[in-house]
Amino acid sequence: MAGAKEIRTQISSIKSTQKITSAMEMVAASKMRKAQDRMEVGKPYAQRMRAVVGHIANANPEYRHQYMEERDVKRVGFVIVSTDRGLCGGLNTNLFKQAIKDMRSWSDKNVDVDLCLIGGKAAGFFNSFGGNIVASVRDMGEAPSVSDLIGSVKTMLDAYSEGRIDRLYLVGNEFINTMTQTPFVRQLLPLEAEQDDSLKHHWDYIYEPTPEELLEGLLTRYVESQVYQTVVENGACEQAARMIAMKSATDNAGEIIDGLQLVYNKARQAAITQELSEIVGGAAAVSS
Amino acid sequence: MAMTIHCDIVSAEEEIFSGRAKLIVANGIQGDLGVTYGHAPLLTSLEPGPVRLVLDNGEEQVYYVSGGYLEVQPNVVSILADTALRADDLDEAAALEAQKQAQQAMLNQSADVDYSRAAAQLAAATAQLRTLQQIRKAMGK
Repeated sequence: MAGAKEIRTQISSIKSTQKITSAMEMVAASKMRKAQDRMEVGKPYAQRMRAVVGHIANANPEYRHQYMEERDVKRVGFVIVSTDRGLCGGLNTNLFKQAIKDMRSWSDKNVDVDLCLIGGKAAGFFNSFGGNIVASVRDMGEAPSVSDLIGSVKTMLDAYSEGRIDRLYLVGNEFINTMTQTPFVRQLLPLEAEQDDSLKHHWDYIYEPTPEELLEGLLTRYVESQVYQTVVENGACEQAARMIAMKSATDNAGEIIDGLQLVYNKARQAAITQELSEIVGGAAAVSS
Repeated sequence: MAMTIHCDIVSAEEEIFSGRAKLIVANGIQGDLGVTYGHAPLLTSLEPGPVRLVLDNGEEQVYYVSGGYLEVQPNVVSILADTALRADDLDEAAALEAQKQAQQAMLNQSADVDYSRAAAQLAAATAQLRTLQQIRKAMGK
């Protein structure tokens, strides 16, 4: 009965792995609900903000803020939002693939790329992959706050204001549902005008106080809110992806255990049969 | 039916109000301003203070915002508030206490106080009290 013991230890080790993955699945499921709530409450603000900024981009102001000016692109900035922890399926990998594709299309045009990395996984990946990292935040926990992000966002905004980068992109995951999260790349700066024909005629706002002060504050707030919303959404994506990844790991462990159990039963049966035939053979030798 | 305008009040934490209003009175950086249907496009930042809405049916609602931005488009008014509170949630005693503390902090120059922070706290507490007074006026009518 040589094989049986090894198989038994293997089964018990897989069973303990399965316990861990199923626990992680349940933890992720409960965290996902909270992360989703956080994402939902922030959504109206981010959407309104985007609408207002879309209107501003459509306006014809006498004063144009530099965030609204298209410039020749010599250098671009990417804000990449990833998770802090792994074990969440292909979430980060897909995101990085998308980011690299975009970055490559720029570097083919001889445009350099600056990176602002949010989340530990992006920092780890781009450290080994290469890339000019100018800012990085990590370990923001499950409930990230805007103040955690302001520093690194400001680095990118300053770089834009001082002309070190000419475009700013935001890369993150969009939460479609629990099963699907898709990476996106969105242009933050300069502002993209919203395609709305009703706003195409010549008009401008009345600004109180001056447009300079107002737009400076509002557009900074806009970029911060977009990055923050992406971070929160990415949190929900992370938990959902982890839940799914752990669920399939638990299922796979179950399948392996079933297979091994079958092998174990066969081995045990074979041992019993062998013993029986030995006894029968021995008895026959004695009686004859 | 009176001419109404769609109004959205959102803060970073939640959507506070969304619906139609006859009149919106907010505390802009250059003074109070009222917005009705047909107002010209306007963009302004808000000071801490009350936002008063007169709804379709004449009912009045008061919210407290601690700053933010107000945008007027031909058919929609958006208020992007830093923190918005339903004014019913405001606690008068707490606001008074905060006001007193902020005033004390400003007087107490010898101590290691951040003057600008104290001034901001004082402004917020005063604005909250103003909001409460407005509610009382609205209810007393």
